[in-house]
Amino acid sequence: MSTANEPTLPSLGTPPGNAGTGDGAPADAVLELRDVHRTHGSGPAAVHALRGVSLVVRPGELVAVMGPSGSGKSTLLTLAGGLDSPTAGAVYVEGQSLHALDRSGLARLRRRRIGYIFQNLNLIGSLTAVENVALPLELDGTGVRRARRLALDALTEVGMSELGDRFPDQLSGGQQQRVAIARALVGERRLVLADEPTGALDSQTGEAVLRLLRRRVDAGAAGVLVTHEARHAGWADRVVFLRDGVAVDSTAPLAGIESLLSGSGR
Amino acid sequence: MSIRHGLLALLERGQMYGYQLRAAFEESTGSTWPLNIGQVYTTLSRLERDGLVRSLPESEAGQRPYEITDAGRADLALWFATPISRTDRPRDELAIKLALALTTPGVDVRTVVQNQRTATMRALQELTRLKYASDRPEDLPWRLVLDAMMFQAEAEVRWLDHCETSLARHRPPASGPAPTSEAVGRTGEEARR
Repeated sequence: MSTANEPTLPSLGTPPGNAGTGDGAPADAVLELRDVHRTHGSGPAAVHALRGVSLVVRPGELVAVMGPSGSGKSTLLTLAGGLDSPTAGAVYVEGQSLHALDRSGLARLRRRRIGYIFQNLNLIGSLTAVENVALPLELDGTGVRRARRLALDALTEVGMSELGDRFPDQLSGGQQQRVAIARALVGERRLVLADEPTGALDSQTGEAVLRLLRRRVDAGAAGVLVTHEARHAGWADRVVFLRDGVAVDSTAPLAGIESLLSGSGR
Repeated sequence: MSIRHGLLALLERGQMYGYQLRAAFEESTGSTWPLNIGQVYTTLSRLERDGLVRSLPESEAGQRPYEITDAGRADLALWFATPISRTDRPRDELAIKLALALTTPGVDVRTVVQNQRTATMRALQELTRLKYASDRPEDLPWRLVLDAMMFQAEAEVRWLDHCETSLARHRPPASGPAPTSEAVGRTGEEARR
């Protein structure tokens, strides 16, 4: 099966007539991936992690990306977050082409506009919960007092206002995950990217994490959730299926509960 | 599950007439199982014939309440105490469909799998949305019904993933019935890519 000529779904999930057809990204998109390719290595040993994926995510929209290991879903997330660059194609965050930004501009965009929730929490052990959450703001030049206040707001949002002065090793796994989410949500972040965010959490705690993500998106952020768990993807407005670096399908807008339940009464 | 036992369980709470039973039944199943009033009355008359409920005198408003009998209580207790047999459930149409797709020439099994997964995933999204919206303490019975449907949908997606992986690894037997297995041959070819 050829890779370059594979037909893809160019405006997957984009309502008809509102696709990013011009040079700029769609006006209201928080994230747009446009025909993105990512190849690791070259020649016969080249690995095509993504082979022409397009995706638009708007405010208030949570998109889940599902696929087996090696389907390219984590690659998609690192490209969306500006942690890696596509081999071909373009990534826009709030209309800004990441390709057009220099190193420091990209770093600034990542600190200010994008929140990351990874399975590996990356909390700093020598900092308290509130300090961990305030850190990206302080790195960005926000005053210590204001950063702390915003961090406390974010911790309150995730139900952790009482535990802000604890260190990560004094918190349970679920509590640490909440701190990591607060760090991803702190300040003005409009784009939240989550890679298997419930990790090893039990199902109740995992559900609480997804509720938080859902609530933030309902409040106007855009979210991308990478997962192989159908149960987690169920929280999304739209689910995109990746196979071998290609988006093979996505769920259409929901038809409503009646269609689902009809026929269950026998 | 039968409507019979549903109605018996509701009457165990106290006497009720037809419309009340219908409303209570739908409420306790989160409207996942809509009943028409005809089904309720038909079931009540059978229950009465079997001695499991008895009808009481009509009210002034012309409504006839029913109450559960001791035999009805015993029947209900037995129902709660007895696990539901898996063999009594309907055959799994999806499993049969995939098995047939695999051996029917010209059918692309991977597309069948993908289409089903998308449809089931969509159902799971809707169920999740309903559950997200039902967080009052009194919603618990409804949430548990939703959970059951969600677990089933999740299991189906998982099984479809499993089918896909198995198809990708599948090597049709070299000396198999080659002429009949066009679809299987194609799957094998994709797996070798």
